[in-house]
Amino acid sequence: MKQLLILGAGTSGTMMSNHLRKALPKNEWNITIVDNQKTHYYQPGFLFLPFDLYQTEQLKKTVAQFIPKGVNLIQESIDRIDKDNDKVFLQNNTEIHYDILIIATGCDIAPQEIEGMQGDHWYKSIYDFYSFDGAKNLRDKLKTWKGGKLVVHICEMPIKCPVAPLEFAFLADDFFTKKQMRDKVEIIYVTPMSGAFTKPVATKELSYLLDQKNINIVSDFNIEKVDTENSKIIDYGGLEVEYDLLVTVPTNMGDDMIARSGFGDDLNYVPTDKTTLQSKVKENIFVLGDATDLPASKAGSVAHFQADILVENIKLYIAGKPLKELFDGHANCFIETGFGKALLIDFNYNQEPVRGTFPIPGIGPLKLLEETRINHLGKLAFRWIYWNMLIKGKPIPFVSSKMKQGGKLIEEI
Amino acid sequence: MNEKTVAGYCIRCNDQGYLTDLEQWNREIGLEIAEEENITMTDKHWEVIEYLQNQCKQGVAITIRKVGKSGVVDIKQFYQLFPNGPLKKASKIAGIPKPVSCI
Ligand SMILES: Cc1cc2nc3c(=O)[nH]c(=O)nc-3n(C[C@H](O)[C@H](O)[C@H](O)COP(=O)(O)OP(=O)(O)OC[C@H]3O[C@@H](n4cnc5c(N)ncnc54)[C@H](O)[C@@H]3O)c2cc1C
Repeated sequence: MKQLLILGAGTSGTMMSNHLRKALPKNEWNITIVDNQKTHYYQPGFLFLPFDLYQTEQLKKTVAQFIPKGVNLIQESIDRIDKDNDKVFLQNNTEIHYDILIIATGCDIAPQEIEGMQGDHWYKSIYDFYSFDGAKNLRDKLKTWKGGKLVVHICEMPIKCPVAPLEFAFLADDFFTKKQMRDKVEIIYVTPMSGAFTKPVATKELSYLLDQKNINIVSDFNIEKVDTENSKIIDYGGLEVEYDLLVTVPTNMGDDMIARSGFGDDLNYVPTDKTTLQSKVKENIFVLGDATDLPASKAGSVAHFQADILVENIKLYIAGKPLKELFDGHANCFIETGFGKALLIDFNYNQEPVRGTFPIPGIGPLKLLEETRINHLGKLAFRWIYWNMLIKGKPIPFVSSKMKQGGKLIEEI
Repeated sequence: MNEKTVAGYCIRCNDQGYLTDLEQWNREIGLEIAEEENITMTDKHWEVIEYLQNQCKQGVAITIRKVGKSGVVDIKQFYQLFPNGPLKKASKIAGIPKPVSCI
């Protein structure tokens, strides 16, 4: 029997286990998946939890319940990959041999990367909402917070779901308005990028949102440290921003296991071919989801498109045929703008987000790059789709892995 | 897409003045863009520019952290060389795209 090993049973790993158990003959291929966590979190829900819009139970299910019959789940920490001998070592010293390896260990916050961030003030006046604990503690804080300077901050790029911090600022405006204390809260959005929006069309179409919601922006801010004594963040150029409540997106990093395996870039992301999803480490190692070093968005929807393509390429690899260069960087993300509305963006490596209709060209019902109520309903429906279709590897109607040009207002340049 | 004349060369650029084709770049163009940005170029500046161009050619997304670990400069020095938004300024001088997010 041949062995296919999947590392990580989050969004990507779970999807791959479901796809591959159907695609590969049971009498030829054993499939094993490893994850040390017992709980599978619906991470997009971490955005809503601080505002008490979801209950914690809606965001948690067991890892095991989504792993199909015929796939062996091992709940143990991965220590390292020995690529030269096609082996993976677990923390309990077991070793697993593989013929094909899929890395799907994602990325996580690394607040320890910024001086002063994780000290005595962590979860007292400094919070993240990129982890379950962070989002839950922040919810409790916001219940009693009296107002002041709310700084919504990104430490450095890349981060998963790059629009989530902006959505957080929009939802905070909605939250404090409804609590009738918006006049007591100053919202400041601090980003290392050159603006809240960086692509030409989005900048043109969406910049009004910041004015409308009275959100101040500080751009080109690369944080060096947090001065907790004086409640300030300080950047390398000496610029300072004061806060009463700092909601930060810490540096995102791939798992240390990647570093221990002797590959990965300075943020532990695995070098990966942009279009085939084969690793640049070794030909029998493939990567998808947040663990890659690709210039695509780190999002569940992206992992979903990658999964379809990777199944195809793994079948070709097994058959000894050339891989297909199918992944185009396709991403599709809802952006909550508050007050029951949302935007939707659909883009890839080459095509920036533009206006149009989605998923059916010319019909919709969703509108691209425009605030609508139905887009907001789409974002809420995503939780159901995630638990019931996406991670189970069921196809989502009308939505294809490769981006469609149809229905988009693409200007010729 | 715009065209403009920099240091006597006709180049293609976006509406913020970033070159859209690194092939069209040369040092004279870099020098003139640097002047517009009030930066006096030294050997150290050019070393950083060269590093950024090499990263760009390899298709690697450029970040402040990468520059800091490049061995060419640390982040503090990068700020001293290209004050106020070093990455976007250095990218402009280097003739490579400005780092962007997804929107
Ligand atoms: C606040 C927030 C909002 C988001 N909103 C959206 C959204 O609206 N739409 C969208 O599409 N995406 C969104 N995302 C992104 C999405 O959740 C991720 O892109 C997606 O979960 C990535 O899947 P993955 O499988 O690559 O990583 P993960 O789902 O994070 O899975 C990685 C798994 O690997 C395991 N693992 C790692 N290292 C080890 C080890 N050493 N040993 C054992 N196991 C290990 C972990 O336990 C984990 O289960 C959001 C994310 C956040 C944080």
